[in-house]
Amino acid sequence: METVKQLSLFLENKPGNVYGICSTLGEAGVNIYTLTLADTAQFGILRMIVEDSEAAKALLEKAGYVVNIADVLAVRIDNQPGRLAQVADILNKEEINVEYVYAFANRHIFLYRVSDTEKAYSKLVSNGFCVLSSQELFNTNK
Amino acid sequence: MERSALQALAQKDFMSRDELESIQLKRLKNIVSHAYKNQALFRSRMQEKGLDDTCIKELKDIQKLPFFKKVDLRDTYPFGLLCVPMENIIRLQASSGTTGSPIVIAYTKEDVACWQEATMRALMIAGIGSGDILQNAYGYGLFTGGMGLHYGAEGLGVTVLPISSGNTERQIKLMSDFGVTAISCTPSYFLHIIEKAKQLGYDFKKMKLRHGIFGAEPWTNEMRQRIEQESGIKAWDIYGLTEISGPGVAMDCPARTGLHMFEDLFYPEVIDPETGEALPDGTEGELVITTLNKFGMPMIRYRTRDISVIVKGTCECGRTIRRIKRIDHRNDDMLIIRGVNVFPSQIEAALLTIPGVQPHYHIIVRRHGDLDTLEVQVELSAELFGDTIRSIEVIQKKIGNAIKSIIGLAVTVTPVEP
Ligand SMILES: [Zn+2]
Repeated sequence: METVKQLSLFLENKPGNVYGICSTLGEAGVNIYTLTLADTAQFGILRMIVEDSEAAKALLEKAGYVVNIADVLAVRIDNQPGRLAQVADILNKEEINVEYVYAFANRHIFLYRVSDTEKAYSKLVSNGFCVLSSQELFNTNK
Repeated sequence: MERSALQALAQKDFMSRDELESIQLKRLKNIVSHAYKNQALFRSRMQEKGLDDTCIKELKDIQKLPFFKKVDLRDTYPFGLLCVPMENIIRLQASSGTTGSPIVIAYTKEDVACWQEATMRALMIAGIGSGDILQNAYGYGLFTGGMGLHYGAEGLGVTVLPISSGNTERQIKLMSDFGVTAISCTPSYFLHIIEKAKQLGYDFKKMKLRHGIFGAEPWTNEMRQRIEQESGIKAWDIYGLTEISGPGVAMDCPARTGLHMFEDLFYPEVIDPETGEALPDGTEGELVITTLNKFGMPMIRYRTRDISVIVKGTCECGRTIRRIKRIDHRNDDMLIIRGVNVFPSQIEAALLTIPGVQPHYHIIVRRHGDLDTLEVQVELSAELFGDTIRSIEVIQKKIGNAIKSIIGLAVTVTPVEP
């Protein structure tokens, strides 16, 4: 199975929080490939893809952030009508929940966080989808 | 100290009530007379009540005496309550208190010895003695915790590691490397040590640590359970306060039905905090303590602001000195929210019922019109956070329900960064 390690950060809703994280990583020379912010009235979750997630996690923890690493699937989905629906259909039939999904910057790649990563991976691959390893993901984006 | 002398010291906890009460009466008469002669504040308060230093005929005459409060220590800062010449004082300790202005306590040589006796007796109840290594992680310095435990342990021939508080990684390393068998610190700091040790990959089962002597803050039974479950050590509650001497005023025993107060040194009463009326044993109220054997700055009927009960009946451990119920909240910590009394310790107890939640929190009370609302900000750990909004909302709800089931009020739970 090929998965990509995603960083998830818990954020209080206070100004400058996202900036603090990005600059912590930037100063350490860590390239953020993509990020997405989900928030509620009380708090937010910042999710991001970096090359060396363990090192970035240690760096952010040292700076006082609450960080977890989650496995996500990086699925290449052609820019054609109905393709996203097809993925949704495959997962739905297998009763796999999509916790969240977001697009990789400027590519036809979507990041899926699902309830059953292994099953989702094999079903997508058997249906002809390309699910990228982190190496492939970062190499095609350099 | 000789083994036989230590045994005799420990035996003081078991003397007959008659013998104990005759010692208490003798000492009470003596200390009242000493304070009356040497302290203007006490003398004038006594005179206002039409009393003089011959008013103590029996123990219950103590109820006629005026109270001392923390504010008296502030008003007479620094040495207004001194009852001996300054050259007889060999130690000063201080506590900042919550409002900022410090209080100072002065000890004669005999007072330091009395305090040491109390902490020695406290440690002996926990079975700590020669052969043990005590990591004393209470703060050393003006705060009484560090010095108090240090002298007590040293008096017993315990190997003392005077590490003081802070630098948690080093605490854990030395605990492991030195084969430390007992630690003394605040219970919340020990929880922090447990957490950190886990992160660093230490296993408490492989360490020699067996006992924790925890005090200097009110703590709950839930916290005790949590500590014992997660570290496998025995958590002992030690009670004390700077104004009285420091730690070692009262101590847990194996029966865990209350803390034995070293009554021949510290005389306990419980009063109605509103009226000041003395309450019978078994009734909850404010704990009042009289130092029977302390001469530099004696405290007569000192109002501790701690809520407790003098436990009725004799303890199954056989000690005859009376017990006070464990103190899990302070009177002045109480919040009144929509007419309901809420103590921070209840919030802490609720948080500790949920695995993975640390009792690190802020309570924020807001008034919207006539309605008070309570917000509890809880530190979110990576373990609890998961990585979805739903996982956080589940925890918020769990915490909210746990708090509501204890205090009976709905609260807003806000997860915050540590
Ligand atoms: Zn007992």
